[in-house]
Amino acid sequence: MSLNMQPVTVNIGPHHPSTHGVFRMKVTFDGENIVDVEPVIGYLHRGTEKLAEERNYTQIITLTDRLDYVASMTNNQAYVLSCEKLVGLDVPDRGMYLRVIAAELQRVASHLIGIGFFLQDLGAFGTPLMYCFRERERILDLFEMLCGARITVSYMRIGGVFQDAPVDFWPALSRFMGDIPSYIDELDALISTNEIVLARTKGVSPLTGEQCINASITGPILRASGVEWDLRKAAPYDVYDRVAFDVVTLPEGDNYARYAVRLAEMRQSLRIIEQCVEQIEPGPVRATTNMLFRPPAGEAYVPIEAPKGELGFYIVSDGTVSPYRCKIRGPSFVNLTLLKEMMVGYKLADGIVSLGSLDFNVGEVDR
Amino acid sequence: MGDVLAENRIFSTVYTLVNDLVPDGWSWVAYLAAGMSIIMLVVNSLMIMATFYTWVERRLLGRFQSRLGPNRAGPFGLLQPIADLLKLLSKEDILPRSADRIIFNVAPVLMLAATLIVLAVVPFGRGSYIADLNIGILFVVAISGIGTFSIFMAGWASANKYAMFGSMRAIAALVSYEVPMVMSILSVVVLTGSMSMVDIAEGQALPFILVLPMAFMIFMVSISAELNRAPFDIVEAESELISGYNTEYSGMKFGTFFAAEFANVLVASAVIAVLFLQGWRWAVLPSHLWFLLKVGALAFVFIWIRATLPRLRIDQILGFAWKFLLPLSLINLVVAAVEVLSWPEQTALQQFYMALINWPVAIVSIVVFSKIVSKRQPVQPVVRVAVAQEVV
Repeated sequence: MSLNMQPVTVNIGPHHPSTHGVFRMKVTFDGENIVDVEPVIGYLHRGTEKLAEERNYTQIITLTDRLDYVASMTNNQAYVLSCEKLVGLDVPDRGMYLRVIAAELQRVASHLIGIGFFLQDLGAFGTPLMYCFRERERILDLFEMLCGARITVSYMRIGGVFQDAPVDFWPALSRFMGDIPSYIDELDALISTNEIVLARTKGVSPLTGEQCINASITGPILRASGVEWDLRKAAPYDVYDRVAFDVVTLPEGDNYARYAVRLAEMRQSLRIIEQCVEQIEPGPVRATTNMLFRPPAGEAYVPIEAPKGELGFYIVSDGTVSPYRCKIRGPSFVNLTLLKEMMVGYKLADGIVSLGSLDFNVGEVDR
Repeated sequence: MGDVLAENRIFSTVYTLVNDLVPDGWSWVAYLAAGMSIIMLVVNSLMIMATFYTWVERRLLGRFQSRLGPNRAGPFGLLQPIADLLKLLSKEDILPRSADRIIFNVAPVLMLAATLIVLAVVPFGRGSYIADLNIGILFVVAISGIGTFSIFMAGWASANKYAMFGSMRAIAALVSYEVPMVMSILSVVVLTGSMSMVDIAEGQALPFILVLPMAFMIFMVSISAELNRAPFDIVEAESELISGYNTEYSGMKFGTFFAAEFANVLVASAVIAVLFLQGWRWAVLPSHLWFLLKVGALAFVFIWIRATLPRLRIDQILGFAWKFLLPLSLINLVVAAVEVLSWPEQTALQQFYMALINWPVAIVSIVVFSKIVSKRQPVQPVVRVAVAQEVV
């Protein structure tokens, strides 16, 4: 008896619980095995780059909040750094320290989301996700103290930050810093040695360092493949050259390594915040700039290490109040390059987990 | 069966009551009314318990996940199931255009029916059961297999690829887990020498969870696969298949599936309670309540597991059934059979000796087999990219 076996094409997304928004994949299955993957993007396209050409430089900060909406602080940071480079503006020390503290808090929050949804994709029914959200909530509370907003923060300004941290921010931060290591240890203890997690993620969808470099993949995914590359070390911005931290790398490059790198990076971020809190001194938080920022004609690109990888705004100025062109290099989009290589040949369940391990954000993919 | 029922107090009361009212030669009406009253009682109590079990599960999951769970409708959110039910009843009942109308509609009913029929042989308390079939446990296994059919019917009739994936997984997983499950039941049957649920409950001088620990472990694992509960919930697999076989269902048809699933957990807990926890026996409370407590404790374990574990992949699940559970269940069965040959009377002392033997056997064989099976083979991507287009 011969069976009529034909591949089945299934649309995973744009409405699907584990496509992290409105990402769509046309997946061809042979039984449970994935034969072909075709990502389809653009369901969340809002034309940010074009909008930026119509706004003045300060207004664009609010647009950057809405790119990778679980890591708004680092989006702000990447944008204002490029703008400052356009005019060669010097930022006061306290402003830079505040930026780094906010950015590292944001990195912890973003990695918490990444780990939580990774476990959700593995099929853990909400428990790890809710644990991660519980801790992220504390970070969002701190952001609320800094700038009054929790998600769309718009905290950073060209030349510094919006305002100095209120006096009760510092005790709240130190309380948080006292609690968070035990939270991370708890996550580590619950997840890292779980037999099912190990069986499901070890050795699945490995990426070699060479593959990652060829596909311009950056961030935790690159470091999980054994490449020691972190823009905070390679091209330090703000005050990263004044703090000590390690670049976490793992050689395996599989789904588990991507999870483990994120977990370890959270601990490094806490180290950075501790040092910043020690080093920060009173002073102005923002350089004086014109009310209407009008840079000279020219161009600038300052890449930063966002939680998900290299993020940069390539800004071309023609000397007017709004940029001539604002190209966004978002890590989420570039990191999806190897999606097909990661998913083809594995089962549906593993494909979903691989997608989750990329920790992408559709807001940044579609822009 | 009539004799069994005649001993029942509710049955005989209703029977005599109605029999006095109707003329001679119409006693079948009384028989029907009395039988129906028993059925109504059992089915409705199960459905009400299942409804509130959804509340318990959601509240407990909330606690496990450091949130509150439903707490708005009524005191402690107790009316939440009723609100859910009203919502489901008032929802539009969507029939996909390319769906197979008849099978699509029959599937949820069949699933609920299979769940309810199992109750016929479960003894709820001292002398309380609808029927004491001499093949009781075989009946349970056979009828609960029908639930698998209804899952496949639902998936097939929906004309939806996700549903089809879910039902294909259901067939693969449930067929595999039926084998170790039946093997572990067999060891219980060997010990008690009867397949009747009542005899099984009464034959346990010690609870079989102590006497046959390995059988209990295997049965618990297999039944969670049968129930599509975590970590074997590949049939529904929210993060992969949206909702699996019931993706296309809406309104009360979905509600029926939902109710059947939750009722299934309670029925399975009841079967475990009879097989391994002595059923209603050793009651320090009224025997029905005592039985309910055991069922509740087992249902809690299912919720606990669901809140804790991630999902396994389908090949791991099937491999676990065939490579790990099946050999273990065979070992368990052989050991139990040899022990019964040596101690045929099955007194409490003899069962205690058996427990003394079975615990080390269980621990050693589980450890040895897990060492053999758990050598983590590297996951190899399947290279067969060009798919055979061969047609029949």
